[in-house]
Amino acid sequence: MANNVDALYIFLLVVSGMMTVAIFTLVLVFAVRYRKRPGQRAEQIDGSHALEITWSLIPFCIFMVFFAWGAIIFFQERKPPQNSAEVYTVAKQWMWKFEHMEGQREINELHVPIGRDVKMIMTSQDVIHSFFVPAFRIKQDVLPGRYTVAWFHATKAGTYHLFCAEYCGTMHSGMVGSVVVMEPKDYEAWMGGGGNQPLAVTGEKLFTELGCVTCHRSDTQGRGPNLVSIFGKPVLLEDGRTVVADENYIRESILQPGAKIVNGFKPIMPTFQGQISDEQLNALVAYVKSLSQAPSGQTGGRKMATATP
Amino acid sequence: MHNSPIATADQEAHQNPALLHHFATEEQQKDAASLGMWVFLATEIMFFGGMFCAYLVYRYWYFGDFGAGSQSLNVVLGGTNTAVLICSSLTVALAVRAAQLGQQKVIIICLILTMLLGLVFLGIKGVEYHDKFVEHHVPGPGFHFPGHVPGHPDIPINQHHAQIFFSLYFIMTGLHALHMIIGVGLFAFITYNAMRRRYGPDYYTPVEVAGLYWHFVDIIWIYLFPLLYLIDRSK
Amino acid sequence: MATAVLESGERETYLNKEYGIKSWLLTVDHKRIALLYLVSITFFFFIGGFFALLIRLELLTPAGDLVQADTYNKLFTMHGQVMVFFFLIPAVPAVLGNFLIPIMIGAKDLAFPRVNLLSWYLYIIGGALMLYTILNGGVDTGWTFYTPLSTEFLNTHVVTAGLAIFVAGFSSILTGLNFVVTTHRMRAPGMTWSRLPLFVWAHYATSIIQLLGTPVLAITLLLVVCERLFHLGIFNPALGGDPLLFQHLFWFYSHPAVYIMILPGMGIVSEIVCCFSRKRIFGYTAMALALLGIAVVGFLVWAHHMFVAGISLYAAMIFSLLSYFVAVPSAIKVFNWTSTMYKGSITYQTPMLYAFGFIGLFTMGGLTGLFLASLGIDVHVTDTYFVVAHFHYIMVGGMVMAYLGGMHFWWPKISGRMYPEGWGRLAALLVFVGFNLTFFPQFILGYMGMPRRYWDYSHSPEFQILNVLSTAGATVLAVGYVLPMIYFLWSMRYGKPAPDNPWNAAGLEWMVPSPPPTFNFEEQPVVTWEAYNYDEIKEEVPVAQ
Ligand SMILES: [Cu+2]
Ligand SMILES: [Cu+2]
Repeated sequence: MANNVDALYIFLLVVSGMMTVAIFTLVLVFAVRYRKRPGQRAEQIDGSHALEITWSLIPFCIFMVFFAWGAIIFFQERKPPQNSAEVYTVAKQWMWKFEHMEGQREINELHVPIGRDVKMIMTSQDVIHSFFVPAFRIKQDVLPGRYTVAWFHATKAGTYHLFCAEYCGTMHSGMVGSVVVMEPKDYEAWMGGGGNQPLAVTGEKLFTELGCVTCHRSDTQGRGPNLVSIFGKPVLLEDGRTVVADENYIRESILQPGAKIVNGFKPIMPTFQGQISDEQLNALVAYVKSLSQAPSGQTGGRKMATATP
Repeated sequence: MHNSPIATADQEAHQNPALLHHFATEEQQKDAASLGMWVFLATEIMFFGGMFCAYLVYRYWYFGDFGAGSQSLNVVLGGTNTAVLICSSLTVALAVRAAQLGQQKVIIICLILTMLLGLVFLGIKGVEYHDKFVEHHVPGPGFHFPGHVPGHPDIPINQHHAQIFFSLYFIMTGLHALHMIIGVGLFAFITYNAMRRRYGPDYYTPVEVAGLYWHFVDIIWIYLFPLLYLIDRSK
Repeated sequence: MATAVLESGERETYLNKEYGIKSWLLTVDHKRIALLYLVSITFFFFIGGFFALLIRLELLTPAGDLVQADTYNKLFTMHGQVMVFFFLIPAVPAVLGNFLIPIMIGAKDLAFPRVNLLSWYLYIIGGALMLYTILNGGVDTGWTFYTPLSTEFLNTHVVTAGLAIFVAGFSSILTGLNFVVTTHRMRAPGMTWSRLPLFVWAHYATSIIQLLGTPVLAITLLLVVCERLFHLGIFNPALGGDPLLFQHLFWFYSHPAVYIMILPGMGIVSEIVCCFSRKRIFGYTAMALALLGIAVVGFLVWAHHMFVAGISLYAAMIFSLLSYFVAVPSAIKVFNWTSTMYKGSITYQTPMLYAFGFIGLFTMGGLTGLFLASLGIDVHVTDTYFVVAHFHYIMVGGMVMAYLGGMHFWWPKISGRMYPEGWGRLAALLVFVGFNLTFFPQFILGYMGMPRRYWDYSHSPEFQILNVLSTAGATVLAVGYVLPMIYFLWSMRYGKPAPDNPWNAAGLEWMVPSPPPTFNFEEQPVVTWEAYNYDEIKEEVPVAQ
């Protein structure tokens, strides 16, 4: 991704550099060539529509190339690949908290392996922050009250700066960290460190403790919708609208159950707003997502899916 | 300037005492004044436009809670106020016509009627605000809006969303009321001048321009009333 | 033609007609109000500039060592608010526009002289509130007031700062209203729309933005103030509100606000380039339409400030596309200025040097804007020093260059005195060099990833060398800005008396005496010539001494 952005950047640099040089040269040449000389007067020219149209249309076409190329890159940046490793991120004044699917938690440091697509699912506890890793050329604001998503694919081992790019109060400039990109085997070693509980397992426990499981049963008998395999699918609502069950939808349905009622169900679910932390919410979301993954594979989430019929 | 020949020429040119020094003709002055008011009203539309925009966005998101908020407003008082404002627009129009015809007494009567109607509107608005205050529907620490979403007896009203409805209600109607107060002040000033017989067929621009302003304030209400009071009555 | 003469034997002008503080504070003469504005905006310019110098000094070293983090945040916030709302937006319209528009169209005054004075007082009330905010400990929201930070998380003077800008906004609205009505209704006989100087067209376009944009900012700030006082929740996600709605409303004004700053500058440069090339403008119609085009399309691009803020993919694409549309008329303007010089008879007096500077810096600012409009690049460089450099190239490199060029061009008319040409050229050079040294390194810093509004960058010492260059440049720039103030003041007393038309320039303002009499024209002028009729003006620009 960084290469694509740099290629476009260099292209823009060259084209706009040429435009700048052309204009500067013309201004200088005219300024010298047509400087005031005794006995010589300016020659009046009213303008030329042909010329004006030319120098409107040619830049316009060039601009459209800028636009299209930039839009293509942006489109890729906004579409995380399927099967990315997911990192749940909670930003707060003034630190970054990360939680891997496997359950590792980190503060201001994020460890990722080379060659893996990593999807950041981010929210903020207070004000707007922005997740910015200059080396990866990515940036995404992190908002309170909803998830925003960014993804990257690191290709070189090393430690890279992580900045908060949206002004967020006194120690905004202290809200920095690093992304540590490791060789896969180093990463495995780092991962193997603690006996952590996968996020989806934490979520499943919560799902039982909070009593969600009594209504959201995995058959059709529950008082709430069956959550198996809903993630990423369109859901028909009671008022006739259809929404895609993404992370934000699950989040909203836990915090404001009355906002989007699934067709055929009654709005009986109590709100969990203010009763669970952002971390717990993340775990629940991770659990619900794990119910929709194919029952083969090795991540914790997928194992959960097989374990929960 | 007083001993310069230019100044004398200028003063001689002032046929109508209301013609200001920098205008060439009375017509130019009148055109400038009414264009100025139209341009000002364009600004005002954008001023209210920002809030209408916020209202529409939140209404779309928080449909049920906004419906509940809307139904809690007093449609009888709101409707009465609409009628009052429409009458006041009529009296303003009559005042402008009277000024054009030079009917001094009629101008004054119509202007006073307009101001009275404006004050009646503000009074009724005050009663409505008072009711909301008593019911704890004023946003802030004491805000409390129990009940359920219209048509869904099992969905309780989201207090936060209802508070946004009432915030917008108070800010929008409050700013509208502020415009009414300014309008009444404007008419008080014009009535004073009318009593000094300043307006007639030759010069009625202030009456006309203030009337334009009043009609605009009226139109804003014509949008506010259905958007806030009526829109969710069907359920 | 009779000329008013004072008892002392001097010709009566707007400056010497009356003396005393009251004759200034209660004046309704657009020229005197322009001077009131000149003094007030200069005051705020130096306050904002002082904050800028402190910011640059802090960034000289990576560690946050000169001031505290909170202080630094207040410095960049108040630098932004003071410069944007109390200098850049009023500068050209309220000073040069106010002084020149009535004269350029052959009117005795603006359509509503008392409203004009009222708008100055509103500016002063807003300014006083801003000063109160500064002296009471300041405000640290960033000039953008982003919620919920500004409404729920800071305990500085957000309310007074918001009200200051709210009030100053009405000053801006009333100025725009006055200009629109004046341009429509006060033109002299024969001054048709197609004969208007581009300076007037530029202000007309600017006024439209002031009229339609500023009220939206006003209501947004009012909501922020209410939100802060009563915690309504409109922009607070914890209470069901949406912070992105705030950003949409804020940028709906604040993107077009860039054109409030730059369009009048484009007007000035058009006047200067024509005069010192002794030529008609190349493509008058295209230039006028481009001004209007920028004003209109400028209203449709605001969300390009929000590409990474969480707006939808398709919204981002549309706003990126529209942002390129607005670049086309800007490009036309640069090409047409350049072509105006073709086959001219060019001299390099101070105003022309500033115009050269403007064309160069505006070109670079505009082209880097294309980088930011490109979604793929914007994601990386937005909220970094790249953006800081870009908008300073437009707003300082473009607008302040044009403002200074205009001040030098019309100073003989305003004051009736000539400034020292040699010093003028030196200052122009210092500003140009100092500006580039300050802001060019910031483009590189931005691409390297240095976020804006960082007090401390000790984690990235590689940023230091470019920051040192930038601070050095700021010092040169400061000298370049102080110099004109000194020699303008000096010239008021010691400068050579200016002739009525020191540049032999075209336009009604050069046909009235310098300085003009109170009512500008002794007789109603009748216009029979086209704009920029340099073919009919036989004299060249006098050789500078
Ligand atoms: Cu932050
Ligand atoms: Cu913009």
